[in-house]
Amino acid sequence: MAKIIAGVGCSHVPAIGVAMDTGITHEEYWKPVFEGFKKSREWMKKQNPDVIFLVYNDHCTAFDARCIPTFALGCGVEFQPADEGWGPRPVPPVKNHQKMASHIAQSLVLNEFDITIMNEMEVDHGLTVPLSVMFGDIKQNDEWPSLVIPLCVNVVQYPAPTGNRCYNLGKAIRRAIESYEEDLNVIIFGTGGMSHQLQYKRAGLINSDWDKRFLDLMTEDPVGASQITHLEYLRETGSEGIEMVMWLIMRGALNENVTEVHRHYHVPASNTAVGHIILENNA
Amino acid sequence: MTEKEYDKIPGTIVFDADKSREGYHLNQFCISLRLQENRDAFNKNEEAYLDAYPMSKEQREAVLKREWNLLLELGGNIYYTSKLAANDGINFQNLAGRMTGMGVDSYREMMLKGGRSIEGNRDKSEWGED
Ligand SMILES: [Fe+2]
Repeated sequence: MAKIIAGVGCSHVPAIGVAMDTGITHEEYWKPVFEGFKKSREWMKKQNPDVIFLVYNDHCTAFDARCIPTFALGCGVEFQPADEGWGPRPVPPVKNHQKMASHIAQSLVLNEFDITIMNEMEVDHGLTVPLSVMFGDIKQNDEWPSLVIPLCVNVVQYPAPTGNRCYNLGKAIRRAIESYEEDLNVIIFGTGGMSHQLQYKRAGLINSDWDKRFLDLMTEDPVGASQITHLEYLRETGSEGIEMVMWLIMRGALNENVTEVHRHYHVPASNTAVGHIILENNA
Repeated sequence: MTEKEYDKIPGTIVFDADKSREGYHLNQFCISLRLQENRDAFNKNEEAYLDAYPMSKEQREAVLKREWNLLLELGGNIYYTSKLAANDGINFQNLAGRMTGMGVDSYREMMLKGGRSIEGNRDKSEWGED
């Protein structure tokens, strides 16, 4: 049977992708950001997952205001990196494990999570930046080392799904994945955050104390983290900090008891606090 | 309109269903600039391009004048308005420098020093607003 072996929490700041694509990661500004992913890349190589289940949000790229699904599961064959206004990122298309994705789609709906099914979808930095930071540079005509099943969450138009809903969806995703008959190792990514506000007069807000507490909760008290209100995210972590509900989907798909094998926190990358954690399921 | 629980957060516009309704055509215009051929057409003749989007007069003026904060007040969302900014060669950080009124350099400096503190920035009363 398929098995979730670990979870990864990770910011998906677009400027991190730009830094990698333009080869400036060694510069003073970026060095400390990428330093913290060195260990993660070694860890990824060792884990060598067959499939990554990647929770992210689209930033009005594949979805504009015409259609705003709360949860959209990528079920197509592959997903092309989108042009977000400055040309598509020079990274390979993302290939799906289509059979597992269809199994998950069916299982989720029968478990009362009524997701949207996407058979055609372009993917933006929300999905490709986490792959890049965790795998390192992958050339456009190469392939990503793992297959990827994308789950896209609305966090742009208020309200995003609640932390509690996300946590429970994580549990349903785990049931779905672990009832898939093939022996496959799966790592689940929850991406976005941490504290940041991109808009209006309070732009630039960063709340490091809050972020670090959130990282602690990820390891020690996920149920507590799932009860954080939208108001708290908006006020304490900035209007875009609410992306962190997506980490709860990842966390819900893991055991209550996990081992934290790596953590990284750095301010700033562009307007954002970069946070990252790796959690392994205890046997 | 009844007060919303997040209305008390200073310097922040929460893009909720009301904003989304108000800003629909404005945001759809902005997102069209994701594609090069549309950027070309817009840059050739902004007024003519905007005719295809039935936004309010105020919204249209704010687009033409690049009033970044007003665009948000009128229902624009940052992920949309940032496409208009990108068309003008303004990235997220420079856009934030403009929206905060700090200017690009002091905004960047603030971020390098750890960003804007949460202290004094939780409630409108701390900004002398109500
Ligand atoms: Fe994001």
